[in-house]
Amino acid sequence: MSAGARPEGAVDDPGVHRALGLTDDEAGAIGRILGRAPNHLELAMYAVMWSEHCSYKSSRIHLRRLPTEGPGVLVGPGENAGVVDAGGGVAIALRIESHNHPSAIEPYQGAATGVGGILRDIFTMGARPVALMDPLRFGPLDDDRSRWVAAGVVAGISGYGNAVGVPTVGGEVVFDGCYAGNPLVNVLCAGLLPVERLVLGQATGVGNLAVLLGSATGRDGIGGVSVLASAGFGGDAAAEEAKRPNVQVGDPYEEKRLIEACLQLLDEHLLVGIQDLGGAGLACATSETASRGGVGMDVDVTAVHRREPGMRAWEVMTSESQERMLAIVTPDDLERLLAVCERWEVRASVVGRVTTTGRLRVLEGWGGEVQADVPAASLHEDAPLYDRPRRRPADLDRRADDDPARLPPPEDPGKDLAALLLDPSWVYRQYDHQLFLNTVVGPGSDAALLRLAAPGVPGGEGRGFALSTDGNGSWCSLDPRAGTALVVAESALNVACVGARPVAVVNCLNFGNPEHPEVMWQLSEAVDGMAEACRALGLPVVGGNVSLYNESRGADIDPTPVVATLGLVDRLERRPPGVAFAAGDRVVLVQPPGTRPSLGGSLWAVRRRGHRGGRLSPLDLAAHLRLLGLVTGLVADGLPSGVHDVSAGGLGVALAEMAVGGGVGAALAGVADHVGLFGEGPSRVVFCVPPDRLGTLTQRARDAGMEAVELGGGGGDRLVLDGLVDVAVADLAAAARGIAGWW
Amino acid sequence: MTVTVGVVVFPGTNCEHDVAAATERLGASARLVWHADGRLGDVDAVVLPGGFAHGDYLRPGAIARFAPVMAAVETFAAGGGPVVGICNGFQVLTEAHLLPGALQKNRGLRFVCETVEVEVASDRSVLTRGVDPGRRLRIPINHFEGSYTCDPDTLAELVGQDRIALRYTDNPNGSVADIAGVCNEAGNVVGLMPHPERACDPLLGSDDGLVLLGALIASSGAPLTGSPAAATATA
Repeated sequence: MSAGARPEGAVDDPGVHRALGLTDDEAGAIGRILGRAPNHLELAMYAVMWSEHCSYKSSRIHLRRLPTEGPGVLVGPGENAGVVDAGGGVAIALRIESHNHPSAIEPYQGAATGVGGILRDIFTMGARPVALMDPLRFGPLDDDRSRWVAAGVVAGISGYGNAVGVPTVGGEVVFDGCYAGNPLVNVLCAGLLPVERLVLGQATGVGNLAVLLGSATGRDGIGGVSVLASAGFGGDAAAEEAKRPNVQVGDPYEEKRLIEACLQLLDEHLLVGIQDLGGAGLACATSETASRGGVGMDVDVTAVHRREPGMRAWEVMTSESQERMLAIVTPDDLERLLAVCERWEVRASVVGRVTTTGRLRVLEGWGGEVQADVPAASLHEDAPLYDRPRRRPADLDRRADDDPARLPPPEDPGKDLAALLLDPSWVYRQYDHQLFLNTVVGPGSDAALLRLAAPGVPGGEGRGFALSTDGNGSWCSLDPRAGTALVVAESALNVACVGARPVAVVNCLNFGNPEHPEVMWQLSEAVDGMAEACRALGLPVVGGNVSLYNESRGADIDPTPVVATLGLVDRLERRPPGVAFAAGDRVVLVQPPGTRPSLGGSLWAVRRRGHRGGRLSPLDLAAHLRLLGLVTGLVADGLPSGVHDVSAGGLGVALAEMAVGGGVGAALAGVADHVGLFGEGPSRVVFCVPPDRLGTLTQRARDAGMEAVELGGGGGDRLVLDGLVDVAVADLAAAARGIAGWW
Repeated sequence: MTVTVGVVVFPGTNCEHDVAAATERLGASARLVWHADGRLGDVDAVVLPGGFAHGDYLRPGAIARFAPVMAAVETFAAGGGPVVGICNGFQVLTEAHLLPGALQKNRGLRFVCETVEVEVASDRSVLTRGVDPGRRLRIPINHFEGSYTCDPDTLAELVGQDRIALRYTDNPNGSVADIAGVCNEAGNVVGLMPHPERACDPLLGSDDGLVLLGALIASSGAPLTGSPAAATATA
């Protein structure tokens, strides 16, 4: 059979496409696209490309409502990463992803390969990855399995991230029962690039070559994005193979060499385009590059360097083996590319050729049998789009009316306060957070603050950028729209607290089963809340990831949209004030007048009383925008000696964290009761300020339309809130470190 | 004359740019030296920086010690040239037997990244020359295999010959005798687990590392005298 002939092996049995995760309608659509019945390989490629993970078929219709454009946006959603212009010829590439399900099954490798995948998304854009952050959510640690998952995930991030040589500069660690069966392991990566090095994942130039770089392709992770691995579709042998673990194994050393080789290839202008291989493997990388470039591609499966013999074409095309990239080069540059790869000990095989046809053809050797022949663009552009049914949860009104303020107040608020503290240093001291000499503020603060610098990226001297990741499932469970807006507001405020101007966000939308109408309603509401807040605060959404089917034993997780905010610092001359009190300085709460915190969805109500009802405190976005400007300005001008936003746990936890952070207590008054102590709400910041600057701070707060409430002064070794709390700072610190005692 | 520091890069090394930046901050010039090259070129000092050479596979430093560049490093060291191994570089130097002992997994069996306090214990090394013993410095550590160990005879020799360059004031990893850094008999080959290059800028929290790297650069301008190695140096 010669090249150009139609592929053989049309599949008639509907059991095959169903086992691959395709519906009958989807299979029909494929037949109409091809004008004939597809064969096994073609079905397998459509199945992975049209999976929820790759196609966003349930969420796309909603994501369109997010604002994605802004003056600094160089690349928005849809590419491998968002790219924001930082000025001076420097750009920042940003992406967040989830690796929830792999981490639930195999915590170490699940988390490790999550790190590996996000790094490839970043250097695919031409950026050097310079920072990782990990928002993590687990079940409570008194559960053996949750402890195993949490320890494994942290070890995986540490093991991969440290060895691959990219610092992990922050994140979140949250424990809640709703994540016990389905942990959330999100990972954010930021990279820096000279604007002119920006590349897109596209193939152009007929006759150009597609070169597969990196690890050998094996049978690991086949159909990781769909249900392929649970289906036998080649007889008994395939059924046996399907029993292999689905979670891929990461090799950070391979990835490190791949990063260095790719950056050198980009610096030497040897690449026409480059694309990482992640979910759906070669099928995805070849079709996406061809489709974006408006061309076709012929792929020779026999040329793919493989880990094991006997692999079938569909296995090679859909394998999710880690640490692989697809580079598009001109034939003239091939020799030089191979030399660079040899230097970095990176394997390279020419596996594809750019054609004029617009079709993705899979061949058994050049000029050999045609195994598949499909329109390249159809694999992702023609993916189905679903508007799944949505329904407001029936119990939402009842929960909203169940106000936790009616619960009996705590007998000893100081004891409750200590119990709510969590010092995550046990986690982050396992992460290299200092590599590249950029980390001005590392993990454990409101936001990470880094110098705008990386090897090979000039132009950011004297400037910085900040990153914060934030989520709150308790808020979003009560009201996904308002809760998500609160999360956006908090994330922006966090970067302001280190003196940065928030400029863009990326999101990771962690939700339950989209076939549950309540989950789709939550997703839709969350998107609207995010859109509204981002618009009002001037924050384009430059990228995102949707993780659905986060459920266990039929119970969905709380809706948990995670927002990561990027901020810029124009003059990075000094370290920002810490989350700390300073002895002799005044403690001031700055907030919009009339702020009323609420216990609804608060850490105190959920954690101390197991109560998940009530209403969220309202958010005034116009006031919040003014607050952001105020806080950024005050910190940038070096006015306060300490600063911390009020977030989960309320004013009490914010004050306790400042006491522990500085090792200095405070004598404070003005908090009436436990609602004032533990109530949560937006747009509040605690400052510690030298007495001679108090007047300036107060005046600037008033100018911004805020009230500045003087709570008292820092000093001593106890945190005293008149009439409510009187506890030794050392005891608070010891309580916060309790997390380490579980191991 | 400007001191040139050769910074050795193995595949998997990741602190080479940081070390180069820190030495340049001190007025020296830095040159990256590729592991597969058999020559160091015209350098006044050599730093083996941190990272995960060859992925730390088999054992940290176990593969890197066979790299062609290591023969050149050995010759340079034998000629009295200053050689400093930081973190993974320290591990390479012990595997290459340019320094005694070994680095094993931390007490607690976890990776540790944090700023610790070390005390200069001897001024005999090129990294501590001219620094008052007893001086305390705040410098980050960042390692999984940083627990220094050696047999009792070696320890007695290190103590007897005043070759313990740095000690932890609050041992973070279980190292024997709180050892954070040691040197060879001549004092020109030093290994340490802390990363002085990470403490060279007040913006990042500490510039105590300049004390050590400054001593290295000063030593590189004026080779050690009186040591047997230097006396027979031909290179």
